[in-house]
Amino acid sequence: MTGLNAIGRSLLRDDADIVKSSSAGKRRISSGARWLKTLISIQPGLMLAWFVMAVVVLWALFPQWFTSYSPTVGVARQQLRAPSAEHWLGTDALGRDLLARIIHGAGNSLSGAFVAVGVGLVLGTTLGIVAGSARGRIDGAIMRGVDVLLSIPQLLLSLSIVILLGFGILNAAIAVGVTSIASFARLARSEVVRVRASDYVEAAFGSGGTFSRVLWRHILPNSLTSVIAFAALQLGWAILTISTLGFLGYGAPPPTPEWGLLIAEGRNYIARAWWLTTVPGLVVILTVLSANRISQSLGKNKA
Amino acid sequence: MTAAISIEPASTDVSNTPVLEISNLAVGYRGGEGFQRVVHEVSLRVRPGEVVALVGESGSGKTTTAQAVIGLLAENGRLESGAVRLNGTDIAGWSPKRLDTIRGSKISLIPQDPTSSLNPVRTIGDQVAEVLQIHRQGSRKQIDARVIELLARVGLSEPELRARQYPHELSGGMRQRVLIAIAIALRPALIIADEPTSALDVTVQKRILDLIDELRREYGTAVLLVTHDLGVAADRANHIVVLKGGRIQEQGPTADVLGSPRSEYTRKLLADAPSLGKVRSIHRTRSTRTGASDDAVVVENLVQDFSVGGRREIFRAVDDVSFTVQRGTTHAIVGESGSGKTTTARSIVGFQKPSSGRIRVDGIDVTNLRGEDLRRFRRTIQLVYQNPFASLDPRQTIFQIVEEPLLNFDPVPREDRAKKVHAILDRVGLPQSTLTRKPHALSGGQRQRVAIARALVLDPQVLVLDEAVSALDVTVQAQILALLDELQQALGLTYLFISHDLAVVRQISDTVSVLRDGRQVDGGRVEDVFRNPGSAYTRELISAIPGQRNASLRPFQ
Repeated sequence: MTGLNAIGRSLLRDDADIVKSSSAGKRRISSGARWLKTLISIQPGLMLAWFVMAVVVLWALFPQWFTSYSPTVGVARQQLRAPSAEHWLGTDALGRDLLARIIHGAGNSLSGAFVAVGVGLVLGTTLGIVAGSARGRIDGAIMRGVDVLLSIPQLLLSLSIVILLGFGILNAAIAVGVTSIASFARLARSEVVRVRASDYVEAAFGSGGTFSRVLWRHILPNSLTSVIAFAALQLGWAILTISTLGFLGYGAPPPTPEWGLLIAEGRNYIARAWWLTTVPGLVVILTVLSANRISQSLGKNKA
Repeated sequence: MTAAISIEPASTDVSNTPVLEISNLAVGYRGGEGFQRVVHEVSLRVRPGEVVALVGESGSGKTTTAQAVIGLLAENGRLESGAVRLNGTDIAGWSPKRLDTIRGSKISLIPQDPTSSLNPVRTIGDQVAEVLQIHRQGSRKQIDARVIELLARVGLSEPELRARQYPHELSGGMRQRVLIAIAIALRPALIIADEPTSALDVTVQKRILDLIDELRREYGTAVLLVTHDLGVAADRANHIVVLKGGRIQEQGPTADVLGSPRSEYTRKLLADAPSLGKVRSIHRTRSTRTGASDDAVVVENLVQDFSVGGRREIFRAVDDVSFTVQRGTTHAIVGESGSGKTTTARSIVGFQKPSSGRIRVDGIDVTNLRGEDLRRFRRTIQLVYQNPFASLDPRQTIFQIVEEPLLNFDPVPREDRAKKVHAILDRVGLPQSTLTRKPHALSGGQRQRVAIARALVLDPQVLVLDEAVSALDVTVQAQILALLDELQQALGLTYLFISHDLAVVRQISDTVSVLRDGRQVDGGRVEDVFRNPGSAYTRELISAIPGQRNASLRPFQ
């Protein structure tokens, strides 16, 4: 999946930066001011964001490392227990461990988000690149289509698509992805148009480059940076939207742990068991904020 | 807070107290590498009514010095030590608030870029009035009257109308006049002019410099003129300070500095400045070779129209231009911005179809080329762009950049390509170690060499140089010009040299076409055009070349 790859790549790059700046700090510690500067350059907020993301990804990949409880099978007589040493986040109405459900839910929510971003990234960027490089009538036709897509409220659009495709986590993810095609297309098109107008692209044509070569060698690499940063931003948004669909009951069917569904299920017990809605809600918020912070730093790296 | 000192309003009395005295100034910037000092031990004086020119290349610290005087250093800049005395009072340690009391009234600034220095959403009148309001110069009505007076004084026609207009409605030269009006509004003792004309055409530059001169005489204001152009300094300054790497290389009265330069660097600058240095002998050697009547480029009655504002209106960018260029010679197309010189070049390279007329390059009719034929044709003619920062893909290495044209045509084995790239890099005088770097790690001059290498790697017949040396410092410019000459001798290249700079054109061209508003107003052999200009406009262009006033002082003639 392209989105995942890109994020992995930028994770490496970011780490390299951090290593570089901290070793530079070690080389000459002459004053307190330099220490402070090194600290600021590491950016604790960004570190925290990467940490949160890493934990969530690990949850999704290896849930068994973090909990031994089953996310779907409850234990009778242990219903609606408050957080304790045994069940860190308490249990739900069926006696299932909430932490286990959140950890196992990460896989569903995250893979859903990746599918959604993947759909938007691939289809949207392709449309944008075609529009930006073809110009003229093709550009006009594609971009007016995109305008139509943008004019429909996103939640309404994704609900309609889920209803068309049928309920389920994958369909919800696809629905969310389709609604983000328009934004990706717009961004990709504007970047392609910007890069196309640059002297080095003209020079590439001027030295006998064919259209596809120039597109591949210059236009794509130079316009995709912002698109990738935007994809990271969309990841947070996709988690949120998929949770919304789950909450409304259009996502994963009930026994499956999914963050939106967890919040929806806990809603009925909010007076007796506040943790059932609050904790999954906090997890969603933290994950989305982290994705946003990371995307921001990717955008800055480009500049 | 009122100024604690009394700074004499500028008067014509030539007392010996300097208006500005900088002593042992040191300025540095905080950056990724820690604190870096960029101005070292700079000392200079500006006496009343005097023009002192601060001359240097980019990175010499000239602008930093000027900014330190008026307290406008960038946020990470710091004035480390030294004194800045304005009429005897040290203002070096003053807070920004305290400096506000003298900015505009005692010292003012004419900034470099007239397009970004005016607020686009406020009228010209408002912006001139602002400085008067800040320093409380009378009632609204009085201020309005004064604004009109000032706009008239700086030579703007219809000042009442101008006061109501917005910056985008004015040309570059007019905007610079507005900025001058703001600078002189309170009759300051000192005006700092930071490259006031670098963004303007040469004829406009001359008029603006004349205006500054005239106002200086009238008001007795002293001027600290920051410029990279030694020609401008030679014409306008009483006193020249040459900076390099943040240190003063040499300073003294203009005549002395130009007539008998003491430092090696000044001598080099003088030799490299196209407007000051001797007329080169470069093209003298060439005339012997150009016997064969063999034309590399033939342009006949070229017309280029563009549609503007929908499809009704037509703008004629190039109107009936014709010239021929012999193989192995250099033809210059000269004109100011908007004269159609770049449009002409782009038509010749085949980036746009002419509306009418014929262009033949190396015997091929460019006007009828399409698709694959056009692509094949690109081997014969290559374009080098003005800005080497924009014409190289920031993501490619130098090797990839230079190699790329070779991939576009008949397949060449990998080793041969590498060999060719190495050879061409030697040719343009770049070390092989640059091959693995990316453009951002190179200087402007090195990048332009890369751009030339990329253009040459296909062995073209004709090279079109679109203001290819305009963005470079004079010494780098001189190196690139020498390189171009050497390449022409060695490879028999034909150059089409697009430029606004007549001094450079005189140095390297054999023939020239002068364009104005898309029309060809003059043309022929360079010496003939310079000796007997065929039009009033050519005469005006030639007389606007800076550095001619004190021609007798030049050491090289």
